[in-house]
Amino acid sequence: MCVAVPSLITALDGLDAIVDVGGVTRKANVMLTPDAKIGDYVLIHAGYAISIVDREEAEATLALFKELAENIEPEELNP
Amino acid sequence: MTEKILLAHGSGGSLSHDIVNEGILSLLGNPILNKLDDSAVFDVKGKVAFTTDSHVVQPIFFPGGDIGRLSVCGTVNDLSVMGATPLYLSLALIIEEGLPKEDLKKVISSIKEAAEEAGVRIVTGDTKVVNRGNVDKLFINTAGIGIIADGVDISGHNARPGNRVILSGTIGDHGIAVLSKREGIGFETKLESDIAPLNIMTAEMMQASAKINCMRDPTRGGLSSTLNEIAEQSGVSIRIDEEKIPVRREVAAACEMLGLDPLYIANEGKLVAVVEAEDADKILAQMKKNKYGQNAAIIGEVTEKHAAKVTLKTALGTSRIVDMLVGEPLPRIC
Amino acid sequence: MSQQNYFGQSDMAKGLVESIKRHAVKEARYMEFCGSHTVAIMKNGLRQLLPHNLTLTSGPGCPVCVTDNSELDKAIALAKIPDVIVASFGDMVRVPGSHSNLQEAKAGGSDIRIVYSPLDALQIARTNPDKALIFIAVGFETTAPTVAASVMQAKQEGLRNYYILSLHKVCPPVIKALLDSGEVNLQGLICPGHVSAVIGAKAWDFIAKDYGIPCVVAGFEALDILQCIDMLAQQTAKGEASVEIAYKRSVTHDGNITAQRILEHVFEPCNASWRGMGEVPGSGLKLRAEFAAYDAEKNFEFDPGPTKAQKGCICGEVLRGVKIPPECKLFRKVCTPKNPIGPCMVSSEGSCAAYYHYGEVND
Repeated sequence: MCVAVPSLITALDGLDAIVDVGGVTRKANVMLTPDAKIGDYVLIHAGYAISIVDREEAEATLALFKELAENIEPEELNP
Repeated sequence: MTEKILLAHGSGGSLSHDIVNEGILSLLGNPILNKLDDSAVFDVKGKVAFTTDSHVVQPIFFPGGDIGRLSVCGTVNDLSVMGATPLYLSLALIIEEGLPKEDLKKVISSIKEAAEEAGVRIVTGDTKVVNRGNVDKLFINTAGIGIIADGVDISGHNARPGNRVILSGTIGDHGIAVLSKREGIGFETKLESDIAPLNIMTAEMMQASAKINCMRDPTRGGLSSTLNEIAEQSGVSIRIDEEKIPVRREVAAACEMLGLDPLYIANEGKLVAVVEAEDADKILAQMKKNKYGQNAAIIGEVTEKHAAKVTLKTALGTSRIVDMLVGEPLPRIC
Repeated sequence: MSQQNYFGQSDMAKGLVESIKRHAVKEARYMEFCGSHTVAIMKNGLRQLLPHNLTLTSGPGCPVCVTDNSELDKAIALAKIPDVIVASFGDMVRVPGSHSNLQEAKAGGSDIRIVYSPLDALQIARTNPDKALIFIAVGFETTAPTVAASVMQAKQEGLRNYYILSLHKVCPPVIKALLDSGEVNLQGLICPGHVSAVIGAKAWDFIAKDYGIPCVVAGFEALDILQCIDMLAQQTAKGEASVEIAYKRSVTHDGNITAQRILEHVFEPCNASWRGMGEVPGSGLKLRAEFAAYDAEKNFEFDPGPTKAQKGCICGEVLRGVKIPPECKLFRKVCTPKNPIGPCMVSSEGSCAAYYHYGEVND
């Protein structure tokens, strides 16, 4: 229901942030995530950061997926 | 103070002449146009392609182009994808009073530049000025004619099962570049519109192979609508591969941010070609040599007709329908 | 570390699917509450990857779809007031009210602007001080704090021409109402990721505890959803029911406390009408009395007229997860995105539109 994209905070002035998603930048407001700082990834929804993305958890999820991929039979993998 | 276009400039009197003479003829003049008779008069030989398109874009200046370049390229491309060599264009301007003269000059300069690049001439035209609010700054209609060589039969009706589908480059660049400048949506990107005349590339493609069955430029409605139209007209189905479709990182990111799908976003310098399989690689290689076809790719193939006109193989190997666009793509939050 | 490039690789999907197949030893029906999940499932063709004993069914989690005719009629009536600018998210403009929609109101001369953020609506209010700006505030707990923040900003700036029409809805009460109806038989709930980012996974504890239904919060990449289904299948296999998170990079147990406080500072719960569900107690949000100056309903006189329901469509049953769109007689025949009869076909997130646009292929 809610489009929200992980975006990198590249500049911060009070509550006004500049965020970057794959080379696209726009203004965002960090009133809802007061702990956000430059270099954090935040989920942006309707122009506001609604959550700070936890990098360690992101890495852990990815590692889990990779492990599952490694467990499947080689012939099932795409070349 | 900037000089503005006034209602009186469209009166038909001497102020009108000023605009036409100073603003337009001085830049676009050529022997046919300069006569300023009521019609352009010229000879053509062979089968004629004839098309028209009205251009309304907001804002009129956008990253990578403006309404002037758009008005030339749109018509040139509509002729080119029919296999025609574009020759002559008409140019009709509907101007909202108050438009800075400087803006008009910039637009006309873009028209000149695009026409020169495409090798076409503006041979007749018209200028009207309307009350504020009756149009949004500037609307442009162009019509164009081109010549189709003997034996060329390129049409949306000609796609056959087994044919390959070639896309000339990345999708969504134009729509996203324009959207980035709209009020209430604004975002920043280095992305520029892909707006370009494609007639040189189509000529090169036709020289490389006679086995091009149809071509079309996926403008409004995006790639999905163009493929659906071709499938409908030809009575076939089309299967494309998600991973083969070139999309710029910025377009993918902006689409994700705004809840849009690149398959539905407009292009102004791209074409889709449906070609016989045996010549697909040859045509692709030729396209890649042209600067407007560097990112060209074979994205799918034509199949026998199924219930679904266009299907897409996802990156996960599953399949889904690709439908036509309904309404304008609007940024969404849900 | 951009997530969208990070995930989505077919080998990792295969690994997850193999894991699901190992765990899905029992027949089960899982509901994805959220419309974005419905779209992601259809767009990625995820059903084609699942074992036959797992069924996915869509829930009422599309704020646009569940916005009632009576609520849209209010928005349209407000847009007709002279010197009013209505700002709306793009999602809402094509959704039918009783007689018309915002797009038609715009064609009829109303000043309606599409915005991406309440921040953009605030900006329009600032640059048009002689007009009233009314923002049509739809959305769940993800969106409501952003609107609450904009109201607080307006108050702080002393901006006197910014108003909202609060059509916000909250999720847990409607899931409760759905389960209490006894109409759907569920073995698991795919909980909405971005709602949970705000309210926390704890909001679903009552479902696991009181109803014995496994709950897993999911993100929106194909792999996130597969991981969620795998975790649900494991709970089903073990006969357990707990709340887990398959989207830990963005969701915690407690959620975003600041966002929750701001939401509660500005809004209070109220009853709300859901399309297809009727009135659900405590499932809406209205502005608190101290923010009445920003409440469009309290500051403008308008008459939305009598409400009329669309006839002959089963959107209500689709929203409740009782039926799927192809079971509707109108689907694809009379009701299409071009000529939508019900809201589930209008909204890009609606189940009917998702089935129509991305319908799976059997060839």
